[in-house]
Amino acid sequence: MTEHIVIVGGGTGGTVLANDLAGRLDDEIDAGDVRVTLINDDPDHVYKPVWLYVPFGQREPADGRRPLDELVDDRVDLRIDRVTEIDTDAKRLRLQGSPRSVGYDYLTVATGSTLAPEEIPGLAEGGHNFYSESGATELREELLSFTEGTLVLSVVGTPHMCPAAPLEFVFMADSWFRERGLREDVDIVYTYPIQRVHGNPNIGEWARPLMDERDIQVETFFNAESVDPEEQTLTSMEGTEVDYDLLVDIPPHSGVDLIEEAGLGDGWVDVDKHTLEAEAAEDVYALGDTADTGVPNAGSVAHYQAGVVGQRLASEVRGQPPTAVYDGKTLCFIETGMDAASFVEFDYENPPSPAPPSEKLHWSKLAYNESYWLTARGLL
Amino acid sequence: MTDTDVEYDETVDARGAACPGPLMDLIGKMRDVDSGTVVRLQSDNDQSLTDVPEWVDEAGNELVAVEEGDEHNEFYVEKA
Ligand SMILES: Cc1cc2nc3c(=O)[nH]c(=O)nc-3n(C[C@H](O)[C@H](O)[C@H](O)COP(=O)(O)OP(=O)(O)OC[C@H]3O[C@@H](n4cnc5c(N)ncnc54)[C@H](O)[C@@H]3O)c2cc1C
Repeated sequence: MTEHIVIVGGGTGGTVLANDLAGRLDDEIDAGDVRVTLINDDPDHVYKPVWLYVPFGQREPADGRRPLDELVDDRVDLRIDRVTEIDTDAKRLRLQGSPRSVGYDYLTVATGSTLAPEEIPGLAEGGHNFYSESGATELREELLSFTEGTLVLSVVGTPHMCPAAPLEFVFMADSWFRERGLREDVDIVYTYPIQRVHGNPNIGEWARPLMDERDIQVETFFNAESVDPEEQTLTSMEGTEVDYDLLVDIPPHSGVDLIEEAGLGDGWVDVDKHTLEAEAAEDVYALGDTADTGVPNAGSVAHYQAGVVGQRLASEVRGQPPTAVYDGKTLCFIETGMDAASFVEFDYENPPSPAPPSEKLHWSKLAYNESYWLTARGLL
Repeated sequence: MTDTDVEYDETVDARGAACPGPLMDLIGKMRDVDSGTVVRLQSDNDQSLTDVPEWVDEAGNELVAVEEGDEHNEFYVEKA
């Protein structure tokens, strides 16, 4: 009997897992005892961190794309199609582009996040974001012609991908306008839903003085309720109003409908935060942004989790009890300008303690971005 | 478990979520409900005891009751 492992989603988590399994189970795959299938709805793999640099003209969207078939081990069956239904009782998936359903013995859901700006009236029309390829390119156009006025960065939705990115964006915008001699004519305002500038108290405490030093104005307890694109104002649930000339937002995020329809969670899969096993179904794992573990939605998290799921799946197909567990490990570089960055590392037990910003850390982040393609291949 | 006489319309179960998850879950729910709705938030994160009342106050909603339990606390918030 061949054991069939299916992975839905070929982003950071799904691709690292597929390559991890191809290496870990090479003998079993070669012997025909195990089959690994990766299903993604786009022939390209997309590396989203590149989008932070696109608005400032430092990277092109194409720098964040590579064909999946170049990244995925030949031992993995790669299918480009969209999964439309997960039936965890029958252990079958339906696909958009094929009348044949796909059966599985073990399933991993790694479908990531989608953006839902429509949840806030006026946001799609009035705001810009760098959380999609097209958004980042359009924002570049806006930024290049923006020479005076108020730039507002509003964190509307949480949880969102890369909780460091909103801070990075305002720090980078501050340096970028300074370098171009425009900072005196540009006000930068940052809004955040709770009483500090970041969800994590340690990162919030570290970032706030840096923002004050650089004259980045802060509005906390600001949950955007609506945007008026005509008047160029942003109104919060708390009853405050902020005027903008250019609005950059972190839009609300949602998981894919598929997950809710399958009874696995409300868009994010409910999992045991250590084993990453779905709470509502047997032989189903989730990782990356899709797994509701409470840790940040970050590529580094998806990467570490893929290693854990890889080990657990290998044990399962070999009939051994799986022992690998995820300890909440998260690793993040935080750009603090155009040529300096900080770094944090934390887990379920140990809180983050941001490193002093340095040029070396900035170059480390850029070097990581370049070597990412080796990570996705499973070589790093 | 806590027993309560407070009537509520909606529940947000944020037990197990780390800070600021429970407050964010509450804010998300308050976005969706009509004025006058009472939402019950369940949280086992101690930080919620300060976070939630602070936000409720800031947003002009009403904290109808807070019931502290052994395992988790329950917050009843009425949307203004
Ligand atoms: C601007 C920006 C900057 C970032 N910077 C960093 C950073 O510096 N460091 C960091 O660690 N993280 C960063 N991140 C976050 C990181 O990109 C994500 O957390 C990471 O991509 C999550 O990986 P994932 O595998 O869960 O999902 P994704 O990488 O999003 O992959 C999900 C995949 O599933 C596919 N899919 C979805 N639904 C279906 C379906 N029904 N059928 C088939 N396929 C489907 C999608 O097409 C996609 O390929 C950043 C994100 C953004 C937006």
